[in-house]
Amino acid sequence: MNLSEFFNMGGYAIYVWPSYVLAAIVLWNFLIWVDMLFMSGLRMSSRR
Amino acid sequence: MTRLSLSQAFIYLLRRDLTLAFRNRAEFANPLLFFIMVVTLFPLAIGAVPELLARIAPGIIWVAALLAAMLSLESIFRSDFDDGSLDQLLMSAHPMPLLVLAKVCAHWLVTGFPLLIISPILAEMLGMPQQAQGVLFLTILIGTPVLSLVGSIGVALTVGLPKGGIILSILVLPLYVPVLIFAASAIEAAAGGLDVSAQIYMLLAFLFLALSLSPVAAAAALKISMS
Amino acid sequence: MFLWFHKLGSPPHFYRIAGNWLPWLGTIFLLLLVAGVYGGLVLAPPDYQQGDSYRIIFIHVPSAWMSLFIYMVMAACGVVILVWRMKIAEIVLISSAPIGASFTFLALATGSLWGKPMWGTWWVWDARLTSELILLFLYLGVIGLHGAIEDKRVATRAIAILAIVGMVNIPIIHYSVEWWNSLHQGATVTKFDKPSIHWSMLIPLLLMALAFQVYYLLALFQSCRAELLQRERNSKWVEELIAK
Repeated sequence: MNLSEFFNMGGYAIYVWPSYVLAAIVLWNFLIWVDMLFMSGLRMSSRR
Repeated sequence: MTRLSLSQAFIYLLRRDLTLAFRNRAEFANPLLFFIMVVTLFPLAIGAVPELLARIAPGIIWVAALLAAMLSLESIFRSDFDDGSLDQLLMSAHPMPLLVLAKVCAHWLVTGFPLLIISPILAEMLGMPQQAQGVLFLTILIGTPVLSLVGSIGVALTVGLPKGGIILSILVLPLYVPVLIFAASAIEAAAGGLDVSAQIYMLLAFLFLALSLSPVAAAAALKISMS
Repeated sequence: MFLWFHKLGSPPHFYRIAGNWLPWLGTIFLLLLVAGVYGGLVLAPPDYQQGDSYRIIFIHVPSAWMSLFIYMVMAACGVVILVWRMKIAEIVLISSAPIGASFTFLALATGSLWGKPMWGTWWVWDARLTSELILLFLYLGVIGLHGAIEDKRVATRAIAILAIVGMVNIPIIHYSVEWWNSLHQGATVTKFDKPSIHWSMLIPLLLMALAFQVYYLLALFQSCRAELLQRERNSKWVEELIAK
């Protein structure tokens, strides 16, 4: 199937794509948050 | 001083907590008044439609009982924590789960038992049919001790915290849900003339499970909170 | 082999080993993710009943599986903490909680987005949805209690008990809600209840499930390392680490 059909997801685009995008946002942001925690932990320890 | 036997220790602690509760009338009255008020709010909020009220009466009464139980939970350990007697209890030679059980019994007699007495009156006010009222009484009789027992675990975990009350509600709510489901289901079934033995058996199962396990969990939690 | 596990229990070794694993975990996760998403969105055929909307299950089901799996890991950690007082178990317990809560939230949100085209409504008091919602409360309770107690070693022992009590409660909640739901014949049966699922849909599903597992390890390890640094900042091995 061609690209526009793919994006349309058979009419269910507004349900399918937000699911995948939401998952991507949640998982990616969590990793970033954890990484920031780690960096601040390093900074705090190295300040001594 | 001669060492108390297990049953003597239990009775002693039970009587002590009951005496303390009797001296402070508010401990009796507050949960009860709250219970009555919450039940009264529903007809005011939904409109006094008799059929509708009778239909949802089991849910109203049980949610109100649940909320009243949650609010009254702090009294199990709070005052003992504040004046240091909880430390003393933890150091005693008697098994902590037994002492916890005594305190929870006292708590139920003070908070759950009045709810039990007043519930038929409230049920009548909401227009619950007669055959359902008997089952309501039975479910409150079996269910509220479970609320006290399971709630004691939550209180034991949060007793040392300054603002423990808010966290406490989040902690005990998932544990209360099964009791609520089966109790409300039993009363509704009775209102429809159906058999309720399955729900009652489940509630009894919860009661026995809670009686045997929650004092142990609560005692462990107390030791941790007080460490 | 046993020695390796034993080493993993010591904070400096865990820190180092977890750090070494991170790039590998990240790569494997991306590979599995791309394979799973491609398989789910492109290769798998549309469902004859639900069309393309069913493709949400490739996010929804693995999320739900992870939400349950992580809670079981937390309960197991709880037992280890109360019986053996292992420090690493404490770290794993508290680090897993936000990850599990995120997966639970994802499962609920994607379930809602799937429910709208399938049932016509955003929410249904289905046994699984309701139990999942209560699972979210259990996770929030663990996170909240840990945050409320100041002494963190006391806090992790408290949430160890909470995790264990919650674990006992999960089947009770699930079967209670199932019972409650079956008495009030309301919801339509979820289509996924069919025992057989075509392999072209099964494989992307398993790939995504595996991808989420690897993600859990990835997020967990980095989160544990951060927590370790925080807790052990006064200890010698952290000082030596910083000096390097």
